[in-house]
Amino acid sequence: MSVFSRRTLTAVAAVAGLGVLAACGTSDPMGTSPATTDPGAATGDTTLVVGSQAYYSNEIIAEIYAQALEGAGYTVEREYQIGQREVYLPELEAGDLDVMPEYGGNLLQYYNSDAEVTDTASIVEALGQELPDGLRVLTPAEASDQDSYTVTRAFADEHNLTAIGDLAGINGLTIAANSEFATRPYGPDGVQQAYGVTIALTPVEDSGGPLTLRALLDGTTQVADLYTADPAIADNDLVVLDDPESLILPQNVLPLVSERVDAEAEAVLDDVNAQLSASDLQELNAQSVNEQRRSADIASEWLAAKGLA
Amino acid sequence: MNYLLDAFAWIADPAHQAGPNGIWARLGEHLGYSVVGVLLACLVAVPAGLWVGHTGRGRGLAVGLASAARALPTLGLVTLLGLLLGIGLVGPMIAFVALALPSILAGTYAGVEAADRVAVDGARAAGMTEWQVLTRVELPLGMPLLIGGIRSAFLQVVATATLAAYVGAGGLGRFLFLGLRTQDYPQMLAASLLVVGLALVADIAFGLLQRFATPAGLRTTR
Repeated sequence: MSVFSRRTLTAVAAVAGLGVLAACGTSDPMGTSPATTDPGAATGDTTLVVGSQAYYSNEIIAEIYAQALEGAGYTVEREYQIGQREVYLPELEAGDLDVMPEYGGNLLQYYNSDAEVTDTASIVEALGQELPDGLRVLTPAEASDQDSYTVTRAFADEHNLTAIGDLAGINGLTIAANSEFATRPYGPDGVQQAYGVTIALTPVEDSGGPLTLRALLDGTTQVADLYTADPAIADNDLVVLDDPESLILPQNVLPLVSERVDAEAEAVLDDVNAQLSASDLQELNAQSVNEQRRSADIASEWLAAKGLA
Repeated sequence: MNYLLDAFAWIADPAHQAGPNGIWARLGEHLGYSVVGVLLACLVAVPAGLWVGHTGRGRGLAVGLASAARALPTLGLVTLLGLLLGIGLVGPMIAFVALALPSILAGTYAGVEAADRVAVDGARAAGMTEWQVLTRVELPLGMPLLIGGIRSAFLQVVATATLAAYVGAGGLGRFLFLGLRTQDYPQMLAASLLVVGLALVADIAFGLLQRFATPAGLRTTR
């Protein structure tokens, strides 16, 4: 055996290759630059492509939009479970996607991480300026799915907690959240300034999923960043602390659409959003998580119940 | 802008190096997790491999287990153990041990089995006990393969130890996840480069160790 095994040489070659790659590609590390424009884009045909994030709740909303559009006579193609904004936003810009359920605050943050607006109306207004040509957002729903400072009922009772500011003065607090929480305006630095709360971050990278919930329930952390449409909040009788200073960006559900979504399709999506309440979204999510129902069934049942089918 | 240059600049920035969240601290954690994971795996896999290699018993089982364990998806295991045991280092550490076991087990029994049968029979004929045959003949002759198994296990664990950060522990994965979540690609690439660098250094060290562990009589045969 030589000192430099074949594996070492391969690794060296890989690093060298990386260098070459990095030298060529200058601005797009994920290789997601839009390919060619969709030839069907300008012909005015009525096939719309509805996408969703790789997030079950987002897929349910996408399916609701899709079925509502089909009900209005549009042909719909479904492209669900597309990863992150880095992947699907270029597709929207290229005309390969037409409708995508989005969340106001995060979408704005993607295009302008310095934006300092904290209410939905200003977010929608700011998006009007930040979005690339050809893309627009429609009227937001009441339903939202945003970050939160959530505690157990027992911990809330013990310390008399109703708002984030009530955490001030409690020693040794930690919050389970994704690592980017540290950099957000509502992160540890933000609540220190706005509410005088000292809290440390325990990064758990499952976006408010079961690991984050488990850390809260077993007392590893006293606070967790759960998303407010998460059925686990009601199921475990958790308390979402109020945010009177509006540090946390609102994440109202709103469709991000391409130019091929005409006035009629826009009206269909507006009708859906007008009825999609916060409690509806929690209920829809609960059906998926607790009853393992398919998003197509959940969506058609909700549309029928709202008289939109 | 060039991401690779940005990544090196990120690493070189003194502000990113010191402190409990600095590169040195995370590098130390990362190396520590890998060393502990592989050592724990050695405690189980080396004795088991020696026994299988020496006696020839349970070989089918060992091969089967080692192959099956290689197919375990580590992220799935980390998540599952996190749900069972809570967040923190325990879950990922068990996953790292599971990741390291197959290579070490295979390297150990293959090393013992590969010992020249003539030498083994000669040792036995000379009146050595089975324990002496194992420790004085089979183990020294099999040492290069055994260390090769540990070498390969260590590389896998170093490359995978980033997952510790998924469930609240430290290591270089902290930079990787933070970079991913905040679209800070230079930081993400910097973390990857640090993992690659750590793996390269470890591999070279193991290569030297493997060379020195090769008995003098075997060195020319390669």
